[in-house]
Amino acid sequence: MIAFEGVTKRFEPWVAVDGVSLTVQAGEFCVLIGPSGSGKSTLMKMVNRLIVPDAGTIRIDGEDIAGLKPEELRRRMGYVIQNVGLFPHWTVERNIATVPALLGWPKARVQDRVAELLDLLKLDPRRFRDAYPHQLSGGQQQRVGVARALAAEPNILLMDEPFSALDPITRGALQAEMAAIHKATRTTIVFVTHDMDEALKLANRIAVLDHGRLIQFGTPLDILTNPANDTVRDLIGREDWGLKLLAVETVGQRVRSDGEAFGQPVPGTAPLRQALAEMVARGTDRLPVVDEQGRPAGVLHLSDLVRP
Amino acid sequence: MAAPRPTILHNRVALLLAAAVAAAALTLPFLSFAPNRLLSGRGIPLAGALAGVVDAPWGWAALLPGAVILAVPFLRPSRAVSAVYSAAGVLFAAGLVWLAGAHAAHLAATSAPAARTSFGAGFWVMEAAALLAAMDGVRRLGLPPAWRIAVGGATAALVAAQLAAGHLDQLSILKEYANQRDVFAAAVLRHGLLVAGALVPTLLIGVPLGVLANRSFHVRRLVFPVLNVIQTIPSIALFGLLMAPLSALAGALPGLGISGVGPVPAVIALTFYSLLPIVRNTVEGLDGVPPAVREAARGMGMTRRQVFLKVEVPLALPVFLSGLRITLVQAVGLAAVAALIGAGGLGAIMFQGLFANALDLVLLGAVPVILLAVAVDAALKLAVSLAVSLTGRRAA
Repeated sequence: MIAFEGVTKRFEPWVAVDGVSLTVQAGEFCVLIGPSGSGKSTLMKMVNRLIVPDAGTIRIDGEDIAGLKPEELRRRMGYVIQNVGLFPHWTVERNIATVPALLGWPKARVQDRVAELLDLLKLDPRRFRDAYPHQLSGGQQQRVGVARALAAEPNILLMDEPFSALDPITRGALQAEMAAIHKATRTTIVFVTHDMDEALKLANRIAVLDHGRLIQFGTPLDILTNPANDTVRDLIGREDWGLKLLAVETVGQRVRSDGEAFGQPVPGTAPLRQALAEMVARGTDRLPVVDEQGRPAGVLHLSDLVRP
Repeated sequence: MAAPRPTILHNRVALLLAAAVAAAALTLPFLSFAPNRLLSGRGIPLAGALAGVVDAPWGWAALLPGAVILAVPFLRPSRAVSAVYSAAGVLFAAGLVWLAGAHAAHLAATSAPAARTSFGAGFWVMEAAALLAAMDGVRRLGLPPAWRIAVGGATAALVAAQLAAGHLDQLSILKEYANQRDVFAAAVLRHGLLVAGALVPTLLIGVPLGVLANRSFHVRRLVFPVLNVIQTIPSIALFGLLMAPLSALAGALPGLGISGVGPVPAVIALTFYSLLPIVRNTVEGLDGVPPAVREAARGMGMTRRQVFLKVEVPLALPVFLSGLRITLVQAVGLAAVAALIGAGGLGAIMFQGLFANALDLVLLGAVPVILLAVAVDAALKLAVSLAVSLTGRRAA
């Protein structure tokens, strides 16, 4: 659990973060979003004391981090940045092992952990373990960056626009990877982005910041259905607001148990937006739905999508 | 597909070198023969030197590699041609020296003991062309820089073997060496000590200064104008400028054992000159560490010391070593000038030769300075390439 209490940071003459209070629950995927200069990165970097607040306190599991040694604090957290920042003179293996090495883990444990992480991030150990960062594509580098952040099994993962420099396909793949990793590890994640689609896709809760102030903090559905002001509405995008709404609810939430439909079924876990796309592509107004085990779970009608 | 235009010219560099060899062989004196060290000599063309070698009837074979150098521009390029070209360069360079030594011995046997045989312009041009051909061949083969050192070393070994065998003893430069034998080794040592003596304070001052300048904009704004101005002061002027304060200091504190002339002002002046490249390259090397890498290192929980030692130092090392290379090569050359204020070293031999109008004595001082500079340059280039391969390349 990360609790911000009245946190303020000034970079004279402007205020980067202005009296922000919010609590990120343990195991939560919290996305900080806002326009450039909104203070979202500054707020995140105060969690690992790369930036020290001028006022207010930040507690992790109740403990005020101002009293901790910054290096020890940072070694307990994963940190992923937009420009990756892999150490160019170290192999992939040594990069991933950075924090375990700082913590003095025994060699065998480090090697096992590296193998596990390469596997988790879908990087073939034979090809990548001894490779240098310059031999990797941008997407592969950021996979290594994520693996490095996860290496010492941190309770908290801080990610500063980690995927915004990647092409859309690579970004999508890594977003899916992050969602899966979060589901599997239940690590508390604080994720900074300026991309609302990314936020809606990944977040349990979204904190919207503007001019250093917290404008709104809520679930993706909250944000979409009750935007607090025009800044939030601008971030959502006024034109495809409805489609974004369909993206945060699943087929399972709208499925009806009666009736029948034919063709390739959609899983109940799929977002409604995907179901709509299927209907348009197939020229039909109803789709069969299956549950996670592949058993029939009912039918989704086009009219179900617009049900209030 | 159009048929390739028939061409007889395949390598412009080789053509230039071949033309230089041909012109030097035909028009410039290969050796110069004088009745004694003060009179100017009479030129001996290459053909004359060849005809004079009666003791070794196969002496002309030493020039065979030269024929290869003349032919290569007209051969179709291939790895084999490049390899043969490089080898021919090495053998020709050594062969020219051998021929000069042999002819000098021949002349010495038939003339007065004071007579001198020196290298002529033709020798120098052909020797330079031969070495360039050797290096060009290595370059064309695409071999790593260490091979250039190997080729240079092979040439040096072939010449050293002739030196050791006494084959070159009748050349004027070695006669000068025989006269200076007792001071020569001391001069080389002193030269090395001057350079090393300047290097230690340079590193002790320059590296911390460079680190500070990388960290602080204010330090940077202060340091570079000062160092740049020092670098523009001519070396003799700087030596002179240091004489007055050091003499005053020596007068005030006689117990310190320093004086306005001699090695102390030389080492101080060399240190001043050496600071700029060391500080500049330390700063540039550290500036080259990507900000994201620094941020990641801090974010991972490295202490400042760990960020510096584990990340910044290794990444800055190649650029730093190039600075060290510039510094050392520059110091080897400048230390020769320091002889003017009584610092000794190889410069002392050079100036002695200049004042006595004995060109070969100048060479006896200059050639080791050049060899020292080339050796330092090669060794540090090798170190740079090793550092680059160890530290990998920067992420794009």
